[in-house]
Amino acid sequence: MDFKRGMQDSISIALGYFSVAIAFGLIAVDSGCSPVQAMMISMVCVTSAGQFAGVTVMATLGSYVEMALTQFLINARYALMAISLSQKVEPKFTTVPRLFLGSMITDEIFAVAIGQKEIKIKYFMGLACLPHIGWSAGTIVGGIAGALLPEILTTSLSVALYGMFIAIVVPQVKTSKKTGIIVAITMGISSLIYFLPQLNFISSGFAIIISAVIASVIGAVLFPIDDDNEEGEAE
Amino acid sequence: MNYKVFLIYLFVMAFSTYLVRVIPFILIRHKIENRFVKSFLYYVPYTVLTAMTFPAMFFATNHVLSAAAGFVAAIIVSSKTTSLIKVAAGTCLAVLVVELYFI
Repeated sequence: MDFKRGMQDSISIALGYFSVAIAFGLIAVDSGCSPVQAMMISMVCVTSAGQFAGVTVMATLGSYVEMALTQFLINARYALMAISLSQKVEPKFTTVPRLFLGSMITDEIFAVAIGQKEIKIKYFMGLACLPHIGWSAGTIVGGIAGALLPEILTTSLSVALYGMFIAIVVPQVKTSKKTGIIVAITMGISSLIYFLPQLNFISSGFAIIISAVIASVIGAVLFPIDDDNEEGEAE
Repeated sequence: MNYKVFLIYLFVMAFSTYLVRVIPFILIRHKIENRFVKSFLYYVPYTVLTAMTFPAMFFATNHVLSAAAGFVAAIIVSSKTTSLIKVAAGTCLAVLVVELYFI
């Protein structure tokens, strides 16, 4: 029953993932991957922003260190979510199921799971299934469609990922002025790296790491989070 | 992309992503108390996504104007709804319309 309930709760996530994954498929093929390779990435990584940065590193033949660091930082938010989840899972959710299911912690799955009183293993499995299928299927559809659709359509579709990133940031900026200031600082730093000729040597993966780390440190120093309420907002 | 090169990248990418999620899931079963670490982690998702989007998004289409339209559309739609599909559709549509009719 829990499994079925999880699946029902995940239908809208799966549909959203399918549409956004089309964008990832297009971008991955554009970066030099085949549609099948793009789908393999989606199947084993299941992280929109991380995959997107990952294919950029691949396209520029960046170093493995750059790849690993990029993934660590971009996906650092999942570590935070994993810690929150780990306090709400049922006792049966021991180390072994965590080893298998931990890789399915995503922004949206986390958001739904954390709303549960106690997270059952079967519920979490149900919740993870359809989004994983949607994400993988959407990727290969996007990868194949990239070669078939007119360029103007693929260009328009490929910005869907950016739309998704903005959709995560904007609601938070609306409720927290502090986050808004830190977001503005991030925009400033990443623009400096992008536009200043002296900083041009910094590759895109490292540019993300540098901007995000500096801005987050500024945030932690200027506007530390102290009560549980605000910590909750991070989710 | 050549499979040998691809598979190494894929392994590094998948393994680092896996570790980030699973290690804390297994090891940290208590609450993080350090205020600095907590605050830093709180800001990371937003700064990362912002750094990935800005200014890169403006150069992801055929013209900076269509990208700007998508950027503005994404902000407007996402401040009104949390639906992922609606935001994605609004962003794409804005880019498409500007590319079709204004450029």
